[in-house]
Amino acid sequence: MTFQSRLMVAIPLDRKRVGDLKALLKTMNLAPGQANPTNPLVPFGKLENLHFARFVILDDQTLDDVRLYRIPRQEYPLYLAFLCDFDGSRADFLSDLVRYAGPGLRRLFSFCEGFTDGTDLLQWIQDHDLPVATSYVNWAGRTVKQVREEASLRKVIGTYLRDNAHTLEGQPASLIWTQMRKFVEAETKNGRLTLTPPALTPRDVKIGNAIHLVGVGALIALLFPAVALLVLLRIRPLEKTDLEFAPRPNPEHAGQLAILEDHEITNQFSAMGSLKPGLARRWVLSYILWVINWTARHIYTKGRLARVRTIHFARWVFLDGKKRILFCSNYDGSLDSYMDDFINKVFFGLNVVFSNGMGYPTTRWLLADGAWDEQKFKYFLRRHELPTEVWYDAAPGMTAIEMERNSRIRDGLDAATLSEEAARQWVQLL
Amino acid sequence: MALTLPRYLRKQRANGFSSCEVIELPATSIDPKDVQGLVRFGYARLTEACYLLLRIRDAAAARAWCATAPVAPAEFQEHPPEVAMQVAFTWAGLSRLGVPSDVLAGFSAEFQSGMTGDENRSRRLGDVGPSAPSEWLWGGAASTPDVLVMLFALPNKLEQWRTAQEGSWAAAFELIHCLDTSDLNGHEPFGFKDGISQPEIDWAVTRNGGSDQITYTNLVAAGEFLLGYRNEYGKYTDRPLLDSNDPLGGDLLPAEDMPAKKDVGRNGTFVVMRTLEQDVPGFWKFLDGQSGSNADTRQQLAESMVGRTIEGEPMAQTSAVPIEGIDSGPAGSSNRFTFDQDPAGTHCPFGAHIRRANPRNTDYPDVPSWWLPRVWSKLGGASKGMRTDIKASTRFHRILRRGREYGTGLNPTHAVLERQVRDEKRGLHFLCLNANIGRQFEFVQNAWLMSTKFDGLSGESDPLLGNRTPIGDGLPTDNFTIPREAAVRRCIAGLPQFITVRGGEYFFLPGIRALRYFSRVGEWSGRSQ
Repeated sequence: MTFQSRLMVAIPLDRKRVGDLKALLKTMNLAPGQANPTNPLVPFGKLENLHFARFVILDDQTLDDVRLYRIPRQEYPLYLAFLCDFDGSRADFLSDLVRYAGPGLRRLFSFCEGFTDGTDLLQWIQDHDLPVATSYVNWAGRTVKQVREEASLRKVIGTYLRDNAHTLEGQPASLIWTQMRKFVEAETKNGRLTLTPPALTPRDVKIGNAIHLVGVGALIALLFPAVALLVLLRIRPLEKTDLEFAPRPNPEHAGQLAILEDHEITNQFSAMGSLKPGLARRWVLSYILWVINWTARHIYTKGRLARVRTIHFARWVFLDGKKRILFCSNYDGSLDSYMDDFINKVFFGLNVVFSNGMGYPTTRWLLADGAWDEQKFKYFLRRHELPTEVWYDAAPGMTAIEMERNSRIRDGLDAATLSEEAARQWVQLL
Repeated sequence: MALTLPRYLRKQRANGFSSCEVIELPATSIDPKDVQGLVRFGYARLTEACYLLLRIRDAAAARAWCATAPVAPAEFQEHPPEVAMQVAFTWAGLSRLGVPSDVLAGFSAEFQSGMTGDENRSRRLGDVGPSAPSEWLWGGAASTPDVLVMLFALPNKLEQWRTAQEGSWAAAFELIHCLDTSDLNGHEPFGFKDGISQPEIDWAVTRNGGSDQITYTNLVAAGEFLLGYRNEYGKYTDRPLLDSNDPLGGDLLPAEDMPAKKDVGRNGTFVVMRTLEQDVPGFWKFLDGQSGSNADTRQQLAESMVGRTIEGEPMAQTSAVPIEGIDSGPAGSSNRFTFDQDPAGTHCPFGAHIRRANPRNTDYPDVPSWWLPRVWSKLGGASKGMRTDIKASTRFHRILRRGREYGTGLNPTHAVLERQVRDEKRGLHFLCLNANIGRQFEFVQNAWLMSTKFDGLSGESDPLLGNRTPIGDGLPTDNFTIPREAAVRRCIAGLPQFITVRGGEYFFLPGIRALRYFSRVGEWSGRSQ
């Protein structure tokens, strides 16, 4: 199995040149925010292991919210962030990236502080790669190549079904299954279809995963009483006095974000904000993100993050000494339906994380209420959202659920035998 | 005869209060005299109707008209009315009327920007290509109306009623469009019985919103259809409020959630109106081609697209147990069903119109009663199947439909013989009511009807409403699939576009006190400075 990895560089920008940088970023797009896969700066399409990528300027519009706590506004650097989700090792990906997009990235990074003509690009990227607090992958091990091959498989099967509707009519499911197997085998043999077998999991990755599962799992369990105590003694009293601040997003900001959305089926989301002041919040949030990261790595690996099935990749990253946090995701459907899905299915999961951010709708015991105040929650998210200047999706128009279905079709074909009932269910996937 | 006290009084007695104490009314009650009738009635008896799209000619005259306009309320009357008038405003219309800017700013973003306000909204609603707002007959940048007046009347009574009303507002409004309607006997232009399924508003205000709805209910919180009451989340949807000392506030009711404010939204709601032109010959000719010109198969195919028979019987099995909010007698028989007994879509296809428009699901697909498995199921542990738990919970996405048809009827037999592709204009003036346009109408339209990925499907949107626009660089969306028991699904490819949007806008249907408040807004000109 090939594991998915990620990259996020965030580099301070020269504020005076942000306008020029935005103009340059726009040249990479086909439509607002939608990357041209063959753009000359970063030809994303050539990076065959890349699932998603984005450029976003981390210009937090909510820095004044800290005044809720009678703390003066604090200034942070303005960052250019570049994020990628890809298959395989970081070293392999970076070498591809530098090979295909070296000059383009140099041009983009030239807007950043400290980047000069003489800078070693690869080293620079490695130096500015930020550690991720939590990362989520919809389906561990599903590569871009697999997604594309399985999409072709389904397409070929669809054509076959249409052309052979008459002969297949009235056949039992198991016979249809046998026939499809023969057909797909023939297509693979004559080279019209490629279905690459999954790669073996490298031993060091296997060992690393096992250590993480047990080691981090044990640490999480050990720390739990301390965190529970912290919530009881510190967080719960704070929840009673923390102020909500979720006004309606300003229409201009909302409009800017809307322009970038719903060009295909999948959408991007980038949002940032400041943590509530105090070490308790910082510790609790770090712990929670650690737990979520552990569950995402070991439990939620097969198409579901709790009950949510529309997220392809997501991550939380701390910034500026854990004073601020960035959340980025790639999801199916419109932002409203995404937020509805979250509120109705996992509002408690949103609360445990986002309620540590300033202004979040009031929660009880970290879990209750909060996002259930649907309108305030939606305002809160929209207000903290950032325009993603450039966004790349390797499989546009394909939902995570379709990818899962295509894999199930393939798994059915790969099975040695199928019972009549299993064959029936398999046929219904087609 | 013993006097039966309402429960809240009985409780107070039991607590030792004497009956002469000041008795607190229950937190909420809806005064139907303050609600426009359309929220409660479809006015089916009043078979003649027209929708007048007006522009304000003179704001002072328009305000004066608002003071006395004979708008029909939602209370039951001993003698059912022979005529009824309802009035609604666009955001631009309210602004032109002179409603202060801070009040205008209190309306939802969707209403403020309007149906055609930004390209993203048009993309989400599917209003692209031939349905794009630039092609519309009304609405959109070129001809957004200020006011929508709806007139309903008994047969042969409309003309006179309309003339009288137009006389009363001649100085105030000019007519931009009159949208006529026709009475097709409860059937929409393709021939299907329409308007069977409607949510039941909780007029008694018993639903308070909660997080675990595990059986399907058709009874929906009042706040989903009227501003100023709790919605399905138990919260109050945003709407404009006034300070209680505002001199123009008058008899506006206080806001339940903020008693120090007066509620301009209370007893009002939003009207979504869209003129949907239906290509009836195109629809039946296409199906005729798919069914070898066999009239029975043709009709069956149409029925599987709709999810109901021509006469309105659902293809899904009727539920053996009663459903809250649906008549348990024969009157509710064609509405008493869910899709729970049809997990493979072999009775009613997943993509059928009624299954998309109202999936009739709950907050959880199935919830174990033991707490540990229950927590596990909430954390996603129980969901394994391909299609389990992939639709949003229905109760947050209901709309109340009040549309009317236009054009003449055309039965399938004649439709297939029609020589010209589009002979006469016919279709539906779709009209629905909801308190939150984004979460209700727009969600249903975007995530369910127009979605090409609804319920795990690929490559198809609503068989009737779909615009068939390919995704990105050419993924088709013009299919319709019919799952079959133990067989490969039937796939019908190449569906043409049967319905074209010809106009549309978002309106605010005020409560009657709010309508009278609008008549006062110009009186104090210093207000918004």
